Amino acid sequence: MKKTTSDMGPNRTGIAMSPIDSADIFQAAQKRAPTSPGDGSLLLEVRKQYALESGGVGHVPPPANLKGVAKTAVELLKGAKPTVFLDKLGERLAFERSGSRLYEGALAKLDVHGSWEDGPTQEGLERILNDELSHFALLSESLTKLGADPTAVTPCADLVGVMSMGLPAVLADPRTNLRQSLEALLVAELTDNASWELLIELARGLGHDTLADRFQLALDAESEHLVLVRGWLASGITLEARAASPEELGAPA
Amino acid sequence: MALDIFQEKGVPLDRQVFTWKDLVRRPYSKLDDDAFTRVRVIYMNGIMADALRTKHMMARINGSLREPLARIRRVEHFEQTLINWLNPPDQNPLETTLGFEQVAIEVTASVALREPDPYLAQTYRFGLLEDFDHLYRYSALYDRLEGKDPNTITQSYTDIIPGRATSLEHRHPLDDLRRPYDKTTAHPLSKIHAISITAAENQTHDYYMTVGPFFTDPAARQLYAEIAAIEEQHVTQYESLLDPSETLLEKWLMHEAAEVYNFYSCLAYEGNPRIKEVWQRFLDYELGQLHFVKDLFERVEGRDAASVLPRTLPEPVEYKQHREFVRKTLNAEEDLATNGPDFVPRADLPADHRSLVYRDQLNSEGSPSETVAAGYQWTPGTELAARVQRMGSTSAGRKVH
Ligand SMILES: [Fe+2]
Ligand SMILES: [Fe+2]
Ligand SMILES: [Fe+2]
Ligand SMILES: [Fe+2]
Ligand SMILES: [Fe+2]
Repeated sequence: MKKTTSDMGPNRTGIAMSPIDSADIFQAAQKRAPTSPGDGSLLLEVRKQYALESGGVGHVPPPANLKGVAKTAVELLKGAKPTVFLDKLGERLAFERSGSRLYEGALAKLDVHGSWEDGPTQEGLERILNDELSHFALLSESLTKLGADPTAVTPCADLVGVMSMGLPAVLADPRTNLRQSLEALLVAELTDNASWELLIELARGLGHDTLADRFQLALDAESEHLVLVRGWLASGITLEARAASPEELGAPA
Repeated sequence: MALDIFQEKGVPLDRQVFTWKDLVRRPYSKLDDDAFTRVRVIYMNGIMADALRTKHMMARINGSLREPLARIRRVEHFEQTLINWLNPPDQNPLETTLGFEQVAIEVTASVALREPDPYLAQTYRFGLLEDFDHLYRYSALYDRLEGKDPNTITQSYTDIIPGRATSLEHRHPLDDLRRPYDKTTAHPLSKIHAISITAAENQTHDYYMTVGPFFTDPAARQLYAEIAAIEEQHVTQYESLLDPSETLLEKWLMHEAAEVYNFYSCLAYEGNPRIKEVWQRFLDYELGQLHFVKDLFERVEGRDAASVLPRTLPEPVEYKQHREFVRKTLNAEEDLATNGPDFVPRADLPADHRSLVYRDQLNSEGSPSETVAAGYQWTPGTELAARVQRMGSTSAGRKVH
């Protein structure tokens, strides 16, 4: 098990590790001309070509059962293009649900690695975990009330999945410690905050004031999460940076 | 209308060409396309991977066939590329894995139902219950690792429940070998089935061996290691159904026939027009290849290809859900084991049977598949949806943090 993250030791990735060879291969790279003219922008041209032919990642499903749900649902689906709101709600739902799994992972890290002064506590992490779960529940409920299917993966939900693939991977990796995991949680919380803000704006703009009020409570919780996570991370980094003894620095014996 | 493979000549080999742009096309949509479109893409990638694999083996042991093998393989390589590249990039390896197991369940079920030979049909049902369990284990992993719902991939076609427990599937290699069909008496469909399911399982094995190490989670790495081992057993089982006394050219000819049959099946069910066009094109290519090999077979072996090929193609693989059949099979055959090539009730195996010794040794430091799915019951919207349900409604007076 490894508690520290930035110890000195063997690392072969830089050119300084092989000064003679690296100079030699750099020279060879300079001498041998490319087989085609141009630069990295040609790649972007191909991307543009495919973009023109693309149909996007998918669609927002039509509300599950407009006939079956209360009339209020139809009324709730305001706006010229109600699917935009549903898409964003689906995105938030997916992120909050996956976020819960992140905090389960963080609690497991705490179990093995322990914490540090001003670092994460069991209660703190559990509280955030429960918040994420209740945010997921709130979104699930909101979507259902709007006549939408909360189990559907909307295009924005899919995209946020691609975007945040690395987060559960960091938490699940037994080689990362609690402090490194906090880096992933910071990304999640920054996104949480900005995304709830956007969602509230969207809800208010569409006249969903009751929903917006409830979303505001979620945002309040998110801003607390951000303060907590940022604080835990900062104290962890500072602590390791200040460690005095060579053992603590992890210098080779 | 049945396809007359002697009449239909398809596209001649020298007109089967590609460009990079043509090979890399717009993928299907993970969200919008039918799960069976994904099933077909994954399955046909497996069929074509096996076309290459089989023909490489042939080239290694036969000098005179090397030139025609090289020519056909090159086209098949590109067919496989185009098909495999239809998988969308937002479908991550674990999601694709769920698709692989859905293939193994639904295609094998269709094959088991159609198989004319009772022993072969029993073999397919036996393997089916194991892949059925894999879907459940990987679903639990997906839910617990990523917080996502596996049914968004399988789209309510397939049950997500335990089958024959993966932890019990580990067998001694000699208990994975089956009795082959007899090339002289077997129905052509039996040969096509054995070729096709062997292909699908081999690709599944290779896929898990490729993506397993990409996971950071050690339980996930263990699960891929464990299920890859079962897929290796499945390849061992299914390939042992093939009659080893068929000549290389006969095997080659039948493989082309299996490729034709499988593209023809995809074509019969495909709803996505852009992908349907691919199945049509490759059906025509494979017909061309079939005739190329048929001529070679008749020239080299001096016998009529009609002595091994069916006149018309059998009914296509049924791309539809088989829940009732799978549940019935699970109910009746969950507790089957094997003793050499024979299927026997597990309870009949003596405690010191080689497969039990083998299994207990492998599982002696814990069972990944049991760990990953401990207490898991699939719920719409993930097991977290069930958890928040138990926590109570967010609006009923509970504060939202
Ligand atoms: Fe949240
Ligand atoms: Fe949060
Ligand atoms: Fe499987
Ligand atoms: Fe399998
Ligand atoms: Fe072929």
